[in-house]
Amino acid sequence: MPTSGIELLFEGRNFSRLMLGLWVSVRIALLSMLFSIVLGTGLGLVMNGRSRVGRALSRVYLEFIRIMPPLVLLFLVYFDLTKVAGINLSGEVAAVVVFTLWGTAEMGDLVRGSISSIPAHQYDSARALGMTELELQRHVVLPQAVRRLVPLTVNLTTRMIKTTSLVALIGVVEILKVAQQIIDANRFEYPGAALWIYGAVFFIYFIVCFVISAFSRRLERKWALS
Amino acid sequence: MSSRRPAAPGRGAWAVLALVLSFVLALAGCASPGPDPAATASNAPTDIVGARTPDQIKQAGTIRLGVFSDKAPFGYVDSSGNYAGYDIEYGNRIGQDLGVTVQYVPVEAASRVEFLESGKVDVILANFTVTPERAQKVDFANPYMKVSLGAVSPKDAPVTSEDAMAGKKIIVVKGTTADTYLTTKHPDFQVTKFEQYTEATNALADGRGDVWVTDNTEALAYTKQNDKFVTSISSFGSADTIAAAVQKGNAPLRDWLNEELVTLGKEQFFHKAYDKTLKPVYGTEVSPDELVVEGGKA
Repeated sequence: MPTSGIELLFEGRNFSRLMLGLWVSVRIALLSMLFSIVLGTGLGLVMNGRSRVGRALSRVYLEFIRIMPPLVLLFLVYFDLTKVAGINLSGEVAAVVVFTLWGTAEMGDLVRGSISSIPAHQYDSARALGMTELELQRHVVLPQAVRRLVPLTVNLTTRMIKTTSLVALIGVVEILKVAQQIIDANRFEYPGAALWIYGAVFFIYFIVCFVISAFSRRLERKWALS
Repeated sequence: MSSRRPAAPGRGAWAVLALVLSFVLALAGCASPGPDPAATASNAPTDIVGARTPDQIKQAGTIRLGVFSDKAPFGYVDSSGNYAGYDIEYGNRIGQDLGVTVQYVPVEAASRVEFLESGKVDVILANFTVTPERAQKVDFANPYMKVSLGAVSPKDAPVTSEDAMAGKKIIVVKGTTADTYLTTKHPDFQVTKFEQYTEATNALADGRGDVWVTDNTEALAYTKQNDKFVTSISSFGSADTIAAAVQKGNAPLRDWLNEELVTLGKEQFFHKAYDKTLKPVYGTEVSPDELVVEGGKA
């Protein structure tokens, strides 16, 4: 009997399991982004700061995180922290820690870039107008830097959502893992189910990332210089 | 000349860096963001980490078993979201006989040893093949299953013995046990190697080969689904055993598992588990005794 496998999506609790898996992915990604934005802004300021040591240290941190594959970081935080230091994090907390470490580095570099992209003449003009350093930051640098940051941050968020599929290796069941479970549990009766289930997952990822991108475009339009 | 770099004087920079670090540490110390039993089995509280004796497990009331969640028919999750399979039958029985609830932790092939070494699970029950390399890192209990090689060939031209393979076109998947076995034992055989399982099965279906050699479990599952082919040899070559594993040095738990296997052997527990989980997949072509190990004696 030729069966396509699309009906598997709605068999039993499969659909709600996929949705729960999606919630796990999105929860890890958004929580990590929240921390990353806060910490990354700090890091970006240090990277642009006057302190040479601060700049060097933040550079080392950024390069370290960039070179390390996220999977290695996940294993380090989830398994080795327990083995070496006895700190036992749950899979999801470990994931948020790792994605925050990664997001902070990336965010820091984005903040640094956005701030240093503001031309020197704007600083000079503001000072010539008699603005204090604080006013300069508040009225000249910040509004422009934040505007430049929006699309970059959204890009990082969508990347993060997609990278959460790695957490299956530390025992966290997210949407892609649920999909593999559904495909495998039915691989004898529905050998062709993979196409449909992965297709559905692709569609769900697309919807989520599309919503986030749409939100960012709205912000960009709203904040556009008239 | 005034600096074009905004904000963050030296001291502030350090304060920010300290803030970053303290945030990360605070996050590391905080608890799980929210309980979600259905989706993330591993997020339940795991108070004691490390090797636990059967008594400690009984006291805690929960045993953590690392299983596959996507390797039917050994360990998988059914459409209701419950764990099922041959390994799970064993796991449920372990929980029942210890008088504790079982918490299944989904593991991947690549992370099985890590889960044991870090003490995040008490036992790995994820179709774990016993190898000398692994035995250096974990302690295996006695086996509950064995796997050897099998041969798949067309129904109208079956290859029924190892010797009969001489001169035939043999198909294997690169890097598998079958590949290693044939290369070392029969270097004179005519072997075609493929990268993936689907390539190998396609080649067999196209008639580009006379016989496909693979794990006998794979062979049986394949021929059950494909009427034109039979598992013409259901086990040959060296047999690998599959066993539960505990953290290196956790002798009390390993000994308990071994005693449990003896008890279960008396009631032919694994034959029942076979009938329930493996028979629907492997069919009646093979005797359960070629796969099942009772009492821990392979």
